[in-house]
Amino acid sequence: MTQKSMRQALNEALRQEMRRDPRVLILGEDVAGGAGCEGEEDAYGGALGVTRGLVGEFGRTRVIDMPITESAIMGATAGAALAGLRPVADLMFVDFLGVCFDQIFNQAAKFRYMFGGKAVTPMVMRAMIGGGFRAGGQHSQTLHPMFTMVPGLKVVMPSTPYDAKGLLIQAIRDDDPVIFLEHKAMYDLMGEVPDEAYAIPFGEANVTREGTDVTVVAFSLMAARANDAADLLRKEGISVEVIDPRTTSPLDLDTILDSVENTGRLVVVDESPPRCSLAADIAAQVAEHGFSHLKAPILSVTCPHTPSPFSPSLEDLYMPSVDRIAAAIRKVVSR
Amino acid sequence: MTLHAICIPKWGLAMEEGTLASWLKAEGSTVRQGEDIAEFETSKIANVLEAPAAGILRRRIAAEGDVRPVGALIGVLADAGEDDEAVDIFVAGFSEASVVQEQQDSSTAIVETILVDGLPARFLRVRARTASPATPLVLLHGFGGDHMGWMFNQDAWAADRDVLALDLPGHGGSTKDVGDGELATLAARVSAWLDSQRLDRIHIVGHSLGAAVAASLALASPARVKSIVALCGAGFGDTLSRDYVEGFIAASRRKELKPVIEMLFADPGLVTRDMLESLMAYKRIDGVGDALRALAEKALAAPALAELRSELADIQVPMLALYGAADRIVTISDPAAFPWPHAIVEAAGHMPHMEAAKAVNEQVAGFLALHDGSERR
Repeated sequence: MTQKSMRQALNEALRQEMRRDPRVLILGEDVAGGAGCEGEEDAYGGALGVTRGLVGEFGRTRVIDMPITESAIMGATAGAALAGLRPVADLMFVDFLGVCFDQIFNQAAKFRYMFGGKAVTPMVMRAMIGGGFRAGGQHSQTLHPMFTMVPGLKVVMPSTPYDAKGLLIQAIRDDDPVIFLEHKAMYDLMGEVPDEAYAIPFGEANVTREGTDVTVVAFSLMAARANDAADLLRKEGISVEVIDPRTTSPLDLDTILDSVENTGRLVVVDESPPRCSLAADIAAQVAEHGFSHLKAPILSVTCPHTPSPFSPSLEDLYMPSVDRIAAAIRKVVSR
Repeated sequence: MTLHAICIPKWGLAMEEGTLASWLKAEGSTVRQGEDIAEFETSKIANVLEAPAAGILRRRIAAEGDVRPVGALIGVLADAGEDDEAVDIFVAGFSEASVVQEQQDSSTAIVETILVDGLPARFLRVRARTASPATPLVLLHGFGGDHMGWMFNQDAWAADRDVLALDLPGHGGSTKDVGDGELATLAARVSAWLDSQRLDRIHIVGHSLGAAVAASLALASPARVKSIVALCGAGFGDTLSRDYVEGFIAASRRKELKPVIEMLFADPGLVTRDMLESLMAYKRIDGVGDALRALAEKALAAPALAELRSELADIQVPMLALYGAADRIVTISDPAAFPWPHAIVEAAGHMPHMEAAKAVNEQVAGFLALHDGSERR
């Protein structure tokens, strides 16, 4: 199998689906690049180069540069989906979704339900999440808990290039609106990715480390950090099971509960402020459905309840680190 | 030199590191060459490591549970004449890089993907470790498998001949287009691939579905096939488990796949998370579901296998059938009734080439040598 970066894996998913299905198209800012200008066509490919090369193959009717008006991008995307196309919107930073919440929450997420199941909305909203880029409070959020709580939306957070390709293909083939969140610190992450197209079903967790002492649940970049913490603690004789649910909605609670039944201990890692986070949600669900298996209180490792700081040294303290995850695991197994 | 390095072995091309599951010998114990000394888990499956030479296990460097790259030193064998200082010097001077290089040089294995009649065909080629190789050997895997299933066998059989392991249509890195899914179609595709490689006379070791394809090929072009070894061959036993075939197709999650894959082994503990994950990754690829369905309903259908079995006696090439004593997929009630030469592999289920690799490697090598005959090149 070939080693590919997360960026290449996403590009390949888009390309293969656009070849397979002429209804698939891309809308976003600078997804083609150079629109209306002299010189190099196709120079940009989105803010981080994920769509590079697609306009050359599919043309400007299927790779559409949009004005800097997220509400228009999202409105056009929802309308195109309702009319039978399968659009993929590139929203750049997830922080910008705030200006198109009506299109997402009140329109796209509700069409199937409010039209009595007679309409489907096969649209994907790609956006970058997360910290580590020294980009300040308006460009560093994750926001996945907000989308997770809205019925009618599916929310995907890949942690490897393999998962990124398979989950994006599934997102495009899915008949419901999908929020597809890519961590901006992971685009250069390398991994084995098959050349052929494949789809990973939603709601199926990946057990990335097997262990017997404690269960750790983490998404996206935090799954990678949880794996590092598990490898570190293995040398201390602590056997850590790491679960990456891959999608927050639907959530594979079965796999989490099965694991907690074996380990009796749970740490949830979430790169988001603690209140109403996935950490809070998963801790609550395990407490409700798996309380009798718990040998110790559930611990969570999250960001503090503040905006993301711009200062690099503060941001490093703000995001859950391998050390903080390891410390929580040590604490939960000591009880 | 009476000091021998015990290193992490390289089983198959994809293996980069191994986990030392357990030492089977205590420090200070005397071992014979070829005796099992440690058990390893790779990303695919667990297997035992044999002592590279006779001697005393003087030093266990890696601890149980350690993960080390291929070629890493995990222990030292020496005779009683070497003092501890000599062992220390040997350990200190050991270079992993040279071992990895040596292994890469000695096993010139490459994976190629070519187009045969416009369809991708992926295969592994391991060059013979001899200047005058005997008749090449082609390996055909079973339902749902690919060339990586031969990782414990390919190097042993490449001692005196080229070994080529094909991904059958619908599998691995080959096309997912299986045509009508009939055995004859698969045999014709294998035949076209053999043409592309200019292999006009070969031995075949086929496992399960691969054995049925080998038999079909021998019936269609007997001149091409010098001998067949059928490992737990579909059509070579009494029944083929539909529970397995249907379970493999239906499983959409690792949890569902696990009990199905455990049916393959006498020791279900051999089924690892990574083995299941790589099978799920294969099953998710576009076209695989349809391909498996077509093969299940045509090539592996009970009437097709019954017809093949009735024709086995007509096959004019030398044939050896090996069965796993604990095989739950291809079952046999009365092996004495089989008109073809056969043997039972003990302590193995449907995957004897993995579970009892050493026994199968020796048995197959002996059979091939017997039938190379005067055509040795």
